[in-house]
Amino acid sequence: MTLYIILTINSITMGGLLFLLSAGFSLIFGLMRIPNLAHGALFMLGAYFGVTFLRMEVNFWIAVIFSGVALAIIGGVIERLLLRRLAGQELAQVLVTLGLAFIIADVCLLIWTGDPIPLNAPESLRGVERFFGIVFPRYRLAVVVIALILAIGLWFLLERTRLGAMIRASVDDPEMARVTGIRVSRLFTIVFALGAALAGVGGVLSGPILSVYPGLDAEMLPLALIIVILGGAGSLPGAFLGSFVIGFIYNFGQVFFPDLAYVVLFLPMLLMLVLRPQGLFGKDPL
Amino acid sequence: MGSNVLALDGVSAYYGDSLVLQEVSFSLGEGRLLGLLGRNGAGKSTCMNVAAGLLSPRNGHLEFFGETVTEIKPEELAHLGVSLVPQERRIFKSLTVYENLAVAARQPPWTHRDPWEFSTVFAAFPRLGERHKQVAGSLSGGEQQMLAIARALMSNPRILLMDEPSEGLAPQIVMEVIDTVSRLKEQGLSIILVEQNPKLVFGIADDIVILNSGRVVLTGTAADLNPKNLDLTEYLGIF
Repeated sequence: MTLYIILTINSITMGGLLFLLSAGFSLIFGLMRIPNLAHGALFMLGAYFGVTFLRMEVNFWIAVIFSGVALAIIGGVIERLLLRRLAGQELAQVLVTLGLAFIIADVCLLIWTGDPIPLNAPESLRGVERFFGIVFPRYRLAVVVIALILAIGLWFLLERTRLGAMIRASVDDPEMARVTGIRVSRLFTIVFALGAALAGVGGVLSGPILSVYPGLDAEMLPLALIIVILGGAGSLPGAFLGSFVIGFIYNFGQVFFPDLAYVVLFLPMLLMLVLRPQGLFGKDPL
Repeated sequence: MGSNVLALDGVSAYYGDSLVLQEVSFSLGEGRLLGLLGRNGAGKSTCMNVAAGLLSPRNGHLEFFGETVTEIKPEELAHLGVSLVPQERRIFKSLTVYENLAVAARQPPWTHRDPWEFSTVFAAFPRLGERHKQVAGSLSGGEQQMLAIARALMSNPRILLMDEPSEGLAPQIVMEVIDTVSRLKEQGLSIILVEQNPKLVFGIADDIVILNSGRVVLTGTAADLNPKNLDLTEYLGIF
């Protein structure tokens, strides 16, 4: 019984973490149709920025915000200088973002070396909480709460604000959106920057749980892909549900089918692509 | 007659390699309604696309409010006060009626005493008010057309380009649309109305331009070219 409880707690925590990773990926993929294969690298870069900020003795939460801002700027520059020129050319976008992922990974190796770097959780969140005799690590609980707050915030932004309506209008019919006076290219820069910022924030927040190490990017990207395919590209509720589903599959799979960990992970994705290519909540098939 | 608010001057335009407009010239006077007529494929919608900035002319130029423009982005034109009611409506189907209007809402400097805003739009199109929370894709054809017109008005334009607003609508709804266009004209808006049905246009237009195979073949005032006095069959087919 204890095993199941521990696995469930770990799964929920991982779900929260995966949402931080996949929300940005889903936004960029669903709204701009850009398969951003550099997303895992942006996540890792965010985590390394966090390392540096913390070494400078910046407060943990400030480091999270700084990392998000830094990644937003980097994401904005990538969109303006590179991806803007490749609008509608999905193969070119795949290759460019893949190339970027390799470049970012190499730069990280150069600056932060190849050793795994543990990140300390903020002091107030170290230790555990007990509910009904069950032990919950405080930091992991906080990550789930942050993911929940971000999910609600993003949903509000997209569904309840004029900016969100403009973004959705630009996805519906970009040409008509421009005729209506919406500056679509500026909006897409904002979306890409926001997606990258979410990766940066997720990277730092994952540090105390996963540590930061070379290869973190390559481990995270497939998970983001699976989640977005399961949930549906561009759908925040899809990314949210998909993240927790994968959190559970990952944790339970690793314990009960350790030799088949990747089969258990990728099989639902394959089935979804064959049976329901738009994902659980998506509008358009991939 | 006031000054020109929009002019096409010797405009030639292509879709890929095919020439669709050949040295087209005409102008829209301030506060006037220009009816753009022609058979299917005559180039009417292409003229609208050029005037809305969706298609750049390869030769010739455009003039807006006396300023010459050769290449301008559609969003910049929209901010200059040009608003398009496109063919096939092209409302944002996944957005609600309210959101369709909200994304276009603007109060530019030239906005006069009674600007178009939610209250005035819902007063003019009560059905849209009743259905403001509904997803636009679920509206009827006539309601979608009203929404396309209302969306164009929310930016308080100086020039309204209407591309076949009666297309595919029941006759009663067509009359509603034409009534709306007349009211907008009375309010002083400068309008270009593209139509296949000349009878509708001659009833409300001040000026007429007839296109055939991408060229202007006839221009004049609606009074001069009235089909009662002039045989337009060779330009427009039988009507």
